[in-house]
Amino acid sequence: MEEAIQRTQIEEVKPPITSVGVIGWARNNLFNGWFNSILTLVTLFFLGKTVPPLLRWAFVNSAWNTTGQGCREAAGACWSIISTNFRFIIFGFFPYEQQWRPLLAMMILFGLLFYSRDRNHWKKPLGYAWIVGLFTMGLLMKGGLFGLISVESTQWGGLPLTLLLSVFGLTAAYPLGIILALGRQSKLPALKVLCILYIELIRGVPLISLLFMSSIIFPLFLPEGITFNKILRAQVAIILFTAAYIAEVVRGGLQGMSRGQYEAAESMGLNYYLTMRLVILPQALKIVIPPTVSILISAFKDTSLVVIIALFDLLKTTQSVLSNPEWMGFSREAYIFIAILYFLGCFSMSNYSRKLERELSTED
Amino acid sequence: MENPLPDKVPFWLDPKKRAIIFQILVLGMVALLAYYLVSNTVVNLKRQNIATGLSFLNKESSFEIGESLIPYSAASSYGRALIVGALNTLKVAFLGVVLTSILGTIIGVARLSSNWLVSKLAAIYIEVMQDIPVLLQLFFWYAIFYESLPSPRQALCPVSGLFLCNRGVAFTVPEAHPAHKYMVLALLVGCGVVYLVRRWAKQRQEKTGQFFPVFRVGIGIIIGLPLVVWLAFGTPMKMDVPKLVGFNFKGGITVSPEFIALLLGLILYTAAFVAEVVRAGIQSVSKGQREAAMSIGLRPPLVLNLVILPQALRVIIPPLTSQMLNLTKNSSLAVAIGYPDFVSVANTTINQTGQAVEGVALIMVVYLIFSLSTSAFMNWYNKRVALVER
Repeated sequence: MEEAIQRTQIEEVKPPITSVGVIGWARNNLFNGWFNSILTLVTLFFLGKTVPPLLRWAFVNSAWNTTGQGCREAAGACWSIISTNFRFIIFGFFPYEQQWRPLLAMMILFGLLFYSRDRNHWKKPLGYAWIVGLFTMGLLMKGGLFGLISVESTQWGGLPLTLLLSVFGLTAAYPLGIILALGRQSKLPALKVLCILYIELIRGVPLISLLFMSSIIFPLFLPEGITFNKILRAQVAIILFTAAYIAEVVRGGLQGMSRGQYEAAESMGLNYYLTMRLVILPQALKIVIPPTVSILISAFKDTSLVVIIALFDLLKTTQSVLSNPEWMGFSREAYIFIAILYFLGCFSMSNYSRKLERELSTED
Repeated sequence: MENPLPDKVPFWLDPKKRAIIFQILVLGMVALLAYYLVSNTVVNLKRQNIATGLSFLNKESSFEIGESLIPYSAASSYGRALIVGALNTLKVAFLGVVLTSILGTIIGVARLSSNWLVSKLAAIYIEVMQDIPVLLQLFFWYAIFYESLPSPRQALCPVSGLFLCNRGVAFTVPEAHPAHKYMVLALLVGCGVVYLVRRWAKQRQEKTGQFFPVFRVGIGIIIGLPLVVWLAFGTPMKMDVPKLVGFNFKGGITVSPEFIALLLGLILYTAAFVAEVVRAGIQSVSKGQREAAMSIGLRPPLVLNLVILPQALRVIIPPLTSQMLNLTKNSSLAVAIGYPDFVSVANTTINQTGQAVEGVALIMVVYLIFSLSTSAFMNWYNKRVALVER
């Protein structure tokens, strides 16, 4: 028996060079089979045709800091439209000397967002910090206290307005959405019908019709003499719209709860409010984090629709720069810049949601 | 035996009665709010001398609409203008839905490709397109069209008979001929015949087990019948080539830059979402299904047709429907780039007549009809393909 086992060690043979390293990787991932090889070659050909001219247009031949005239002479992209009009695009018609105020407000917002990233910081003080922060931001924008010059909301614009509409829209729509979702799941028929009607009605129509409603019809709803400003009206439309979508997402989470959870809570003598707050909602909201974030992302993108009712958000300030004869014809560069800003916002949100999902998953 | 409960529970401690009171309160509040808003509106409308009711629909619209599927002029009524707008919305939505499904499927499959390069490119496309507002994309494409393309006089001509300029795209179509009507008829008849053949083949296969190549025969019938009609009419070949007359193209078909920008923006944006839906659907079919199908000797096309697709579609259809509804709703952004869709025409109507309440209500009703009819159809379809469990 002993003889059957080979005693001498066989020399380790290295895998052939074509199956490891760069070549092996390329063979496995780019050239496995004739179809994939052709696909790779065709793709590389198109990339080679399009990418270098694009890079030359964007970086080599581009004008970074000249006038509109200088741009017309340059062969490439005209990034000067951004560098020259940067402050207008970002801040809109906010008084020029006062623009540190929206800047500071945005920095507070970003700081708070950044600090809230870590789940270990989600405690009561953070909630207070947000309340204080939102109040300070409002004060900075509005002014009129502590020696700050009052700035009419008609002069708000640009990035601060976009962020304002998104942040306040989302914070207000979220609780409203939860209430609607609970209403839709309720055992009381009248409440249920009301919530279903609201949710289906809002989800069936485009946001733009609600924005029209807020800008044209809403003033008719109020008695004579009472007016709301335009930004607030658009904000209400965005909140009402987003809430319906959040409600549907939360409903998905509520339906995912097993009956046992309700029964256990009931058997402990918890009433409806406590059952929801302590048992159902914490679990239901957790499982719907990914779809909720995609709703938040689309709400953030949808704030750009206020252009159509002539609010000066980021997109509108850009367009008004483009209507200046000096900068006419450079829409591509301007829109690409705005697209990058939106992309950064949405991309960081979706990345964060993926991270949160990993952290919150209880199964290993 | 003594009843531990008192005979009469006070009504505020009886959950049933409490529920009724609560509901009455809520309904009352909603009704009060509605009454308050409506009464204010009525007073305001009277004060501002704005007419109410839908009688404005019969009045002369006195505005032109750039493109229309039915005859329309400034002398037509507001009602007809709104119908033109609704048809334009349907046109862009229909083309958008078809093209988005195709492009989205291609990108979704590319995302799953074993080719690293193709898969990464698809991933980048999906991430970038999803994260840029669709309105911005519409503006971008419109600007590209408007600023980068030359005027009609210097129109680009990449292929003979196709002209690109900042007034739109003009392309050659066959000249109108009576044969076309009959060719369309033949096509419809062909589709009907194929449907019947398919039913017959299925029944025969279930009875006798004999296979009939429905797909090949079907393609033959659908293409063949119109071709026969075309030959019977003596092969009319005359083409209608667009020609530059004055400042614009005459002849052929000209598609406006607004329409192209809208369609392109909607397709490219929604395709990114559809691609994710398709990817999730294909991934939801487990590998064992494919292996099982191949091990019983099915050929690859049949594996796809009989095993993979029916299961993947069950996952794909519901989110796909909501993406298509999103596309239809997003087509309302046409108003921002000047394509005369329903919202845009309704907006003009509101500005001219001042009847904002009716105008916005019409917009909402029309989109609700689109949404509800689509979801009703999709629910029916979904029920048909849904898993029948034992």
